[in-house]
Amino acid sequence: MLATFIGLDVIRRVSRLLHTPLMSLTNAISAIAIVGAILVTGEGHTALSTVLGAIAVFASTTNIVSGFLITDRMLKMFKKRDRVQ
Amino acid sequence: MSAEQLIQLVYLISAGLFVMSLKWMSDPTTARRGVFAGAGAMLLAVVGTLMQPEVESYHWIALAALVGIVVGVPLSWVPLTAVPQRTALSHAFGGLAAGLVGTAKYYVWLGDGQLTTFRMTAIVAEVLLGFLTCTGSLMAAGKLQEVLPTRPLTYRNQNIINFVLLGIALLAGIALIVRPDLPWLFPLLVGLSLAFGVLLVLPIGGADMPTVISLLNAYAGLAAVAMGFVLENKLLITAGALDGSSGLILSIVMCKAMNRSFTNVLFGAFGQVTATAGAVESRTAKSATAEDAAQLLANADSVVVIPGYGMAVAQAQHRVRDLHDELTKRGVNVKFAIHPVAGRMPGHMNVLLAEAEIPYDSLVEMDDINPDMPQVDVAIVIGANDVVNPAARRDPTSPIYGMPIIDADRAKTVLAIKRSMNPGFAGIENELYFADNTLMLFGDAKAVVGDVVKALSGEKSGH
Repeated sequence: MLATFIGLDVIRRVSRLLHTPLMSLTNAISAIAIVGAILVTGEGHTALSTVLGAIAVFASTTNIVSGFLITDRMLKMFKKRDRVQ
Repeated sequence: MSAEQLIQLVYLISAGLFVMSLKWMSDPTTARRGVFAGAGAMLLAVVGTLMQPEVESYHWIALAALVGIVVGVPLSWVPLTAVPQRTALSHAFGGLAAGLVGTAKYYVWLGDGQLTTFRMTAIVAEVLLGFLTCTGSLMAAGKLQEVLPTRPLTYRNQNIINFVLLGIALLAGIALIVRPDLPWLFPLLVGLSLAFGVLLVLPIGGADMPTVISLLNAYAGLAAVAMGFVLENKLLITAGALDGSSGLILSIVMCKAMNRSFTNVLFGAFGQVTATAGAVESRTAKSATAEDAAQLLANADSVVVIPGYGMAVAQAQHRVRDLHDELTKRGVNVKFAIHPVAGRMPGHMNVLLAEAEIPYDSLVEMDDINPDMPQVDVAIVIGANDVVNPAARRDPTSPIYGMPIIDADRAKTVLAIKRSMNPGFAGIENELYFADNTLMLFGDAKAVVGDVVKALSGEKSGH
């Protein structure tokens, strides 16, 4: 809970320059839903829960992989003047 | 240390790393470290979860994760103009995951008779938010990709129908919390959430996409928080809340940048007001050639470029960069003025300019550039329209009245590059183009800027 409040304060300080990478990053972070998806799939209670869970694992993994990769790709492009020339 | 304690420790480190990851995002020099921290935190979270004793079989998880990687990697190669669509699609996947986990948990616990009121409340919130985020984001992605019409789709009594639908969904949710043993209510809740997501985004026009994406980002985060309560998992709650609050903060920033409230964005159907065209029809704008523009620029001391999404559509970023280099070489001070809602998602324009290798210290925010505008010799408007429309300051009848704008009209001379005199995205006439100090350069942004650069390199410096 404390972490959430610290997080709120931290996000407010992110400059507008980086809002798109910020959203990509938090997007990848929200794929933390994979934790729930793994639990549901791994428990294997019913066939239904396993299938739904597996789809959720798939969706979350996609978000994790593409989210982190594209954020890094964008950030690599931000350069200061002296480094451009 | 017991296995349980170890897992909790791994989760704690993971949560801490997530927070650090966002902290490092606040500065371009440390931002990449933030991505590594985030990826590391995610890896720890996954490892910690796989260690949980409840996880008995791994093959389905491994298979699904593998397919996810195969799909996810190419999704990160999209061109940067398509980043908003990718982000919206990603929100849809996030919402879907949350909705499906909620559904699975409902049926598992229904079979076991373990549906407590607390669990049911959390599941209802998770499923409602998850599925409405899923379809809403798919709609947004469709509009951004222009497979769906970008203009607002409205029909009679739209808001009433939406409210009634949401009302029924909420009632179904409450009924489920009281009587979780009525299984027919659950598919109804799922169906209504899916339908509400579609209807929510249907009336929202392209100009409002930055706000809507931010809002859907917040919903996806909140769905993860709800999942955290369902599974009683603190890491899920923390990480979900980080995502949710980030989305919420961005939504507020976007709304402020357009001087509109949340309700107005969601229920307003922007761009409905057809401009009071008749009166302005007869006015003429002054047009100029690339050579005129080059001469003007060669004699300027300070130039401000105001880019809009039109620049990205025309793929003119790299020509604009050539212009920046050519002018800088001549000792002209070149700055880029970025309106917060320029582009299709928050901060989109900065990324597009960064891709063209324009140094980020040349990018200036609206509030910082406006006081300097009267001293600027030439303001170049490329593919931007509403964000430089002085009617937002002057004309109380204008639909965009009150929206903060970049004061391009206060520069000594304005060069506006535009395909034609048609009003822009929101269909609002822009009097900037008829002003005495404005010269229009008609044509494709990429070609026009290219011509200006060519003419400029032949021009003798005025310094």
